[in-house]
Amino acid sequence: MTPLELVQIALYLGLLVVCTPLLGGYMARVFKGERTWSTPVLRRVESAIYRLAGVHPDEEQSWKQYALAMMLFNVAGFVLLFVLQLTQRALPLNPAVLPNVEPFLAFNTATSFVTNTNWQAYGGETTMSYLTQLIGLNVQNFVSAATGVAVVIAMTRGLARRQASALGNFWVDLVRCVLYVFLPLCLVFALVLVSQGVVQNFNGYAQATTLTGDTQLLPQGPAASQIAIKQLGTNGGGFFNVNSAHPFENPTPLTNFLEMLSILLIPAALTHTYGVMVSSKRQGWVIFAAMMALFLAGLALMLASEYGVPGTMEGKETRFGIANSILWGAATTSASNGSVNAMHSSFSPLAGGVALLNIMLGEVIFGGVGAGLYGMLIFVVLTVFIAGLMVGRTPEYLGKKIESWEIKMAILAVLLPSACILLFSAVASVTEAGLSSRANAGPHGLSEILYAFASGAGNNGSAFAGLNANTPFYNVLLGIAMWIGRFGVILPALAIAGSMGRKKVAPPSSGTFPTGGGLFVALLMAVILIVGALTFFPALSLGPIVEQLLMSSGRVF
Amino acid sequence: MLRQLRTSIAMLIVLTLVTGVLYPLTVTLAAQVAYPESANGSLVQRGDEVVGSTLIGQVTYTLTEDGEIANRDAIDRYFWGRPSAVNYMLGSSADSLGSSGASNYGSTNATLAHQVEQREAAFRAANSVPASVAVPSEMVYASGSGLDPHISPESARLQIERVAAARGLERTVVARLVEQSVEAPQWGIFGQPRVNVLRLNLALDQLQ
Repeated sequence: MTPLELVQIALYLGLLVVCTPLLGGYMARVFKGERTWSTPVLRRVESAIYRLAGVHPDEEQSWKQYALAMMLFNVAGFVLLFVLQLTQRALPLNPAVLPNVEPFLAFNTATSFVTNTNWQAYGGETTMSYLTQLIGLNVQNFVSAATGVAVVIAMTRGLARRQASALGNFWVDLVRCVLYVFLPLCLVFALVLVSQGVVQNFNGYAQATTLTGDTQLLPQGPAASQIAIKQLGTNGGGFFNVNSAHPFENPTPLTNFLEMLSILLIPAALTHTYGVMVSSKRQGWVIFAAMMALFLAGLALMLASEYGVPGTMEGKETRFGIANSILWGAATTSASNGSVNAMHSSFSPLAGGVALLNIMLGEVIFGGVGAGLYGMLIFVVLTVFIAGLMVGRTPEYLGKKIESWEIKMAILAVLLPSACILLFSAVASVTEAGLSSRANAGPHGLSEILYAFASGAGNNGSAFAGLNANTPFYNVLLGIAMWIGRFGVILPALAIAGSMGRKKVAPPSSGTFPTGGGLFVALLMAVILIVGALTFFPALSLGPIVEQLLMSSGRVF
Repeated sequence: MLRQLRTSIAMLIVLTLVTGVLYPLTVTLAAQVAYPESANGSLVQRGDEVVGSTLIGQVTYTLTEDGEIANRDAIDRYFWGRPSAVNYMLGSSADSLGSSGASNYGSTNATLAHQVEQREAAFRAANSVPASVAVPSEMVYASGSGLDPHISPESARLQIERVAAARGLERTVVARLVEQSVEAPQWGIFGQPRVNVLRLNLALDQLQ
C-alpha cells in the first residue's frame, strides 16, 4: 500500500468522525421538531404534504399503530413498484424500448427496493425504463431509507421517554427525514457528481462509432439524482449493471471518495442523534466506538488479505486501485449499502469472507440508515442482559429494567435473519435449482450462495455476482429472505420500543451495570462477534476459509 | 386501519411526486445548465461523428482460443486498454443493447488462471516485453465495469515501441505523448496516477 493510499483512508475515517456530531446534532433537532436553518424554507412544504395526505402531525401513535402505518406504507410501495415494472413497455419515458419485466424478477426487485436491500438480479441499463427508475426505484430509495430512520427514531423515543405509551408519528418522522435530511444532501451531492461526469439527462442512448470502427451504444439517463440517494440512503442499487464500478456512475477518484463517505455518513451520525435524544451523548459515542472498532478490524483484515496474496486487479477499476476498492468493500458491507465499486467475488478469498462476515453480523457495524442502529440497540439489550447475568446485577439500560419481553423480541430479531441465511443456503446447496446458478466451482461456489442469502436477509444487496440470481428459485427465495430480514427485525425493534417506553426510570444504584464506558464497548463487541461466529463459523470455514487455504497451495477449480 | 391505508396511498403519491418527479427534474435542469457536457455522457465528437465517451474505454486486445490476438490489425496503431468481460460493449446498437459487466471469477477459478496466462504471453509477445519486466496487473486482469477507460502509466509505457512502429513514428514522439497524458491523483490526494486510453489514442490520431 502506498503512503498516499494510507492518507486517503485516514482522511476518510477522520471526516466520518467530524461529520458525526454535526449531522447527528442537526438530525436530532429535525426529529424533535426544533427549528433548524432549513425550517424557514421547508416548513411550508412539510405542512402542505400533511394536508395533501390527510395526516395530523400532532397525533402520536402507540407502537402497534406506528408499526401498522409503516407496514401499510411499505406494502403500498411494493404494489406500485411491482405493477410499474410489469407495465413499463406501455408507459412513457422508455426510449430504449425495454420490455415489461417478468413477474418473478419484478417481485424480487420490488421487494428488494422496498426493504432497502437493493439486490439486483438485473442490469439497469438493459431492464428498467427511465420511468421505472424514476417514480419506482428512485422513490423507494428515499422512502425505504426514511422508513429505517423513522423506526430507529421511534425506538429512541421509547428508550428516552418515561411511562409513555406513544412513540411519535410515523408519517411525521418519514416526511421529515425525506425533506430535511435526504433532499438537501442529495441535491448538492447529485450536482457534484454531475460536475465530475455522472450522467443526468433524459436522452436516448448515444450511438458512437469507435476509433476502430465498431459501434458502441452508450447508456444515458437520470443517473446522478438516483446515485446520490442510493449512497446516502444505504440503498446501493445501481443505475447501471455494475453499480459504482461503472464510469458513468462513479467517474473519478473524487466521486469515489464522496460516494464512499456517504455510505457511512448518516448511519454514523445517527449514533449522535441517538445520544442527543436520550440526553446522554456518551451513550451515542459508546455505540459509535463499538461500530468503529469492528469496522477497523474488518478493514484491516481485508487489506491484509488483499495485499498479502498479492491481490489482483480482476474486477477492480484502475482509477480506484486496490486500497480504495477494499475500503469501499468494507464500508458497503458494514453498512447495509450494497453498492460496489469492485467485484467482491474477485477479491482474495479472505477479503471476500470478511465482507460476507460483515453482513452476517447482522448489519450493525454502522449498518443501514436507521436499520444499523436499531439492530445495534437490540444487541445492546442482549449485552446488558448477559452482563447482568454474569455479574449478578439487575439488567438495566438507561435506568429501565430489561425483562423477558425485551429479551424474547431481541432473540427473535437476531434469530430470524440468521435462520434465513443458513436454511435457505442449505436448500440451495442441495437442489439442482440452487446449484445450477453457480459461476465458480469449488468452495467459491458455496461462497456465492452464502453471500446471496446473507445479502438478502441482511438487506445489503451486494453480491458475489457470478451467481445467476435471475431464476424463479433465487428470485422468490431471496425475496422472502429480504422480507423476513427487514420486517423480522423492525417489528421486534418497535415492540421493544413500545414496552420500554411504558417503563419507569429508576435512579442508578450500586447494582447498576454502567453502559457508558470502554468495558461496555468491549462487551457489546464480544456479544456481536460471539453470536455471529457461533452461528456462521462452520459455513464460513467451508467457503472462504477453505478457499484461502486451497489457493495458497495452488489449487484451482 | 382503513384510514391508515388511505393515508398510506396518499402519502405514497405525494412523496412520489416530491422524490420521483420534482427532485430528479430539478437536478436535471440544474445539471443541464451548469454542466451540460458531463451531464450528457462526456461524449467526444470528431467532425459530426460521436467517437465515444472519455469515460468509457473501447480498444483492447481479444484472444482466440489458442491465445493469439484476434484483432491485431485493427488495434495495432493504438494503445490498448484493459481486458473486458463484455468487450467494452462493442457491437452494441439500438437492437442489441450492451451492458457493463465483470467476470466475477474467484481467486481459485481455473478459467481465470488460464486466461491471465494467455493474456500475459500475448501482451508480452506483441509489445516485446522482456521477461525481466513485470506486466502490470490491470493489463491482464479484466476490470469491474468492463468499460474501464484507464490503464496505469507503466502499462502505457510498455506499448510505446509497438505503437511507434505501427505508425512509423519516432519513439520519442509517442513517449512524450504518453507522459503528457499521465493524470496525477485528483487534487493531489485521491486515486492514483493513470492514463486515459481514449484521450491518448485521439491525441495520437491528431498527430498524423
